[in-house]
Amino acid sequence: MTLPSPEPIKPATVHPLNVIVATDCGSTTTKAILIEKVGDEYRQTFRGEAPTTVEAPFEDVTRGVLNAIAEIEELSGRKILDGDRIITPCRDPKTGVDIYISTSSAGGGLQMMVTGVVQNMTGESAQRAALGAGAIVIDVLASNDGRLPHEKIERIRTMRPDMILMSGGTDGGAVTHVVEMAEYISAAEPRPRFGATFKLPLIYAGNRDAQPQVKKILGEKAALVLTDNIRPVLERENLAPARNKIHDLFLEHVMQQAPGYKKLIEMAGAPIMPTPAAVGVIMETIAKREHVNVIGVDIGGATTDVFSVFEGLFNRTVSANLGMSYSISNVLAEAGLPNIMRWVPFTIDEQTLRNRIKNKMIRPTTIPQTLDELQIEHAISREALRLALTHHKSLATALKGVQQERTISDVFEQQQSGKTLIDMLKLDLIVGSGGILSHAPRRVQSMLMMVDAYEPLGVTRLSVDSIFMMPHLGVLSTINEKAATDVFIRDCMVYLGTCVAPIGQGKEGERCADYTITFPDGRVDKGQLSFGDLRLVPLSDRQKASITVQPVKQVNLGAGAGVPVTREVYGGVVGLLLDGRGRPLQLPADHNARVASLAKWYSAVGLYPKGG
Amino acid sequence: MAHSYTPGLTVTEQALIRRRRMLSLPGKVLVSAGEKVRANQAVARAELPGKVYPLNLANQLGVAPDEIQEYLIKKAGDTVQKEEILAENKPLVKWFKTEVRSPITGVVESVSTVTGQVLLRDPPRVLELLGYVDGTIVEVIPQQGVVVETDCSLVQGIFGIGGETRGEIVIGVASPEEVLSPGHFTAEMKEKVVVGGSFISSDALARAKEIGVAGVVIGGIHDKDLRALLGYDLGVAITGTEQVGFTLILTEGFGPIPMARKTFTLLSAHAGQPASISGATQIRAGVIRPEIIVPKGRASGGHNVATELQREGIRIGDQVRVIRDPLFGKIGEVASLPSDLQKIPTESEVRVMEVRFADGSRTMIPRANIELIEGA
Repeated sequence: MTLPSPEPIKPATVHPLNVIVATDCGSTTTKAILIEKVGDEYRQTFRGEAPTTVEAPFEDVTRGVLNAIAEIEELSGRKILDGDRIITPCRDPKTGVDIYISTSSAGGGLQMMVTGVVQNMTGESAQRAALGAGAIVIDVLASNDGRLPHEKIERIRTMRPDMILMSGGTDGGAVTHVVEMAEYISAAEPRPRFGATFKLPLIYAGNRDAQPQVKKILGEKAALVLTDNIRPVLERENLAPARNKIHDLFLEHVMQQAPGYKKLIEMAGAPIMPTPAAVGVIMETIAKREHVNVIGVDIGGATTDVFSVFEGLFNRTVSANLGMSYSISNVLAEAGLPNIMRWVPFTIDEQTLRNRIKNKMIRPTTIPQTLDELQIEHAISREALRLALTHHKSLATALKGVQQERTISDVFEQQQSGKTLIDMLKLDLIVGSGGILSHAPRRVQSMLMMVDAYEPLGVTRLSVDSIFMMPHLGVLSTINEKAATDVFIRDCMVYLGTCVAPIGQGKEGERCADYTITFPDGRVDKGQLSFGDLRLVPLSDRQKASITVQPVKQVNLGAGAGVPVTREVYGGVVGLLLDGRGRPLQLPADHNARVASLAKWYSAVGLYPKGG
Repeated sequence: MAHSYTPGLTVTEQALIRRRRMLSLPGKVLVSAGEKVRANQAVARAELPGKVYPLNLANQLGVAPDEIQEYLIKKAGDTVQKEEILAENKPLVKWFKTEVRSPITGVVESVSTVTGQVLLRDPPRVLELLGYVDGTIVEVIPQQGVVVETDCSLVQGIFGIGGETRGEIVIGVASPEEVLSPGHFTAEMKEKVVVGGSFISSDALARAKEIGVAGVVIGGIHDKDLRALLGYDLGVAITGTEQVGFTLILTEGFGPIPMARKTFTLLSAHAGQPASISGATQIRAGVIRPEIIVPKGRASGGHNVATELQREGIRIGDQVRVIRDPLFGKIGEVASLPSDLQKIPTESEVRVMEVRFADGSRTMIPRANIELIEGA
């Protein structure tokens, strides 16, 4: 595994790492895993969880950590705790662990406000820097954001971020707008979310020439840190120095103020990482290790994080109010009822559905007990995943405002600067994580949720995080590459299979493509895929087959309309999914026809138990 | 150890509770420890700095930013009246004179020679923090606030909108199953807390607003009626600042659901007494639930630690509420607590509990879908 973007972290320990306990302090639950060296390789052996205790009445995050570890103690028979202390290093084969590490998104994660001069240039660069460091961006202020000066000041006053990142201007350019923004921030006297008496951390990563003025205006009012410009010239982003500063300040200031974090930092053998930053490390590592383009998603109760690595370029976004419990009602508000209803394979009246969604919002820890409730949650998750990817596409873009060289061949192509980097046809792998995907009763349910939400084009492999341990492995990879890799391959990553989806549309039942699959044992399966077909071909994990698809003349599989394509495809716990439902995927507009189509597809892939 | 049940809502006749009252910015605490306070009494005060108005003087005078000092009549820190001259140029021909006048009464906060901007600030606004409940001050946090303790009856709701208020409790219906309709509201209910039964419709909500009730406590409402009341679709359950004319508290959830008999009986027993209520809800870790507090009117000890009704876990015989379909809203008691995981119709393997209902029937329900009805 490769190290993450922040500088490599050295653990304080020098003894060999054979037993590791790792926790992720989430907004609702703290999840602990035990990793042990078995023979020559590391394996994840036990898991425990407990409610997170960052807020009243406990207000000490370490209580939840100790409770989760106590559950591991019970299950494994290993003594890890000595009162409120984690025993390190191991004293004997059944006592202690060699290191304790943790990630955290508790207490709402790291909430940042960013500023720039031009909204879709330095504003977006600042946003990307903050998101990449694992933050939730609560607002982007820019000189041209359309808000009047007093509105900006009011906004800064009312928001209580954990940190502000200021950017704006290229080095050597005009300083006026950046200084103006500094004046607004100074006038607003922003106060941090935690700790009424301490100064708000503020990173300035804008025009170098404005540093003296910014220092003069904000030096007394905030804990100001100056760093390199994130956009030194228009054509280039330089996000790493600002991201590193965010990480440093997160540990030095923000976490020190959050309840119990001082203790947590002392307990841990390596710096605490924000959960999304740790998951980002894993996603980047997968892309690098396998030389693939990846989209990763972590769908939680409150937020959905999307990560992508295309041609080596990493991007992360967080959709702060798209989630499956706390934010479930917001998915309904943003997607609209018809978009959710289109995935529900039965009839339900609007009032009942709305009330059920609100009841889940106010009692977020409940679980679907009946099949129709499960199907409704799966329908909502498709929309949450879809909306979060749309959001990601809008931010994972090439730099805007950059002059492009155009040749005569570009004349007819009105391509603007700032085009999204997400090319679904070049996407090799989708990785899903988070409760609804990791804990779906059948793995095929996770696969179809992601296929329906993302509509992968051509040939795309899919996988899920087995029991939600990517954050733990992300932080582990910063201190022990081998342990993280071993566990990732053996216990974390569950390959679901591959989806083959021709691009184009046609009438239901019409021929879409002919295919020939050659299995590893030499067996050959020939068939025809019609429009409206969804077919599952068994191909087990670690098996590879060869597929040749001959699309009809208006259909494309990536090589051009009507051009045949031969590809190696990987199996998985679900298999090979042949998706003839067309791209863009179109569902029948008529309610009864749509319900019939959904029932047909769901039954074709064995999505739910019979009767569902 | 992890509890595999949802901590429930407290409904109790007898509780010693503490409420932390904090200013949103440093100010002055007006009471001292041991002092008795009333719900509507100010316990702390702060001055909220006024709004800021930026004014680009350089642009208005048509001069370079670093020259504006020469034209200023008022300097940083000076007070200024509305329409008073802030800066002016001194042209040779009087006709070309430009005067920049202050749009507000306040102070000149700062003058920037880089941007040419002057920031003006409104006078500070006084914020008073009320006691919220009748009780005793048990802790003073200097410059920030106080902790008030009260001996009371307490009912927690599941969801609410609107902030803190108080009023006399009036029972609007005859039974917890009855729907609170427009006909139940009378002019005498003005500024009172009206307790209903299972459901309130949109026309009854409109009637409540028209009369000017302080609050409505009800079993359930339809989501579409909430949307109509608020004017938008509520995405995340973080509430307390809505201004719909009254505070609304749901005790059970969305849809028509009879109010738990225990809740209805307790509130009925306090009809005619003043109550402090809050609709503020935050559903996330460290949840905040809406509440109805009926102070007992006698002084609390102040020395005893006010335990906030913490408990160890779930026991056979405990009263529980089912909080997910298909039996949503039903109330029963714990009959058994099998420790093995059980497969439910979704094919998930989960921990369950057996619940016995009033008609004697028993059903296995996932523990995650059960809520304790807490309180003695």
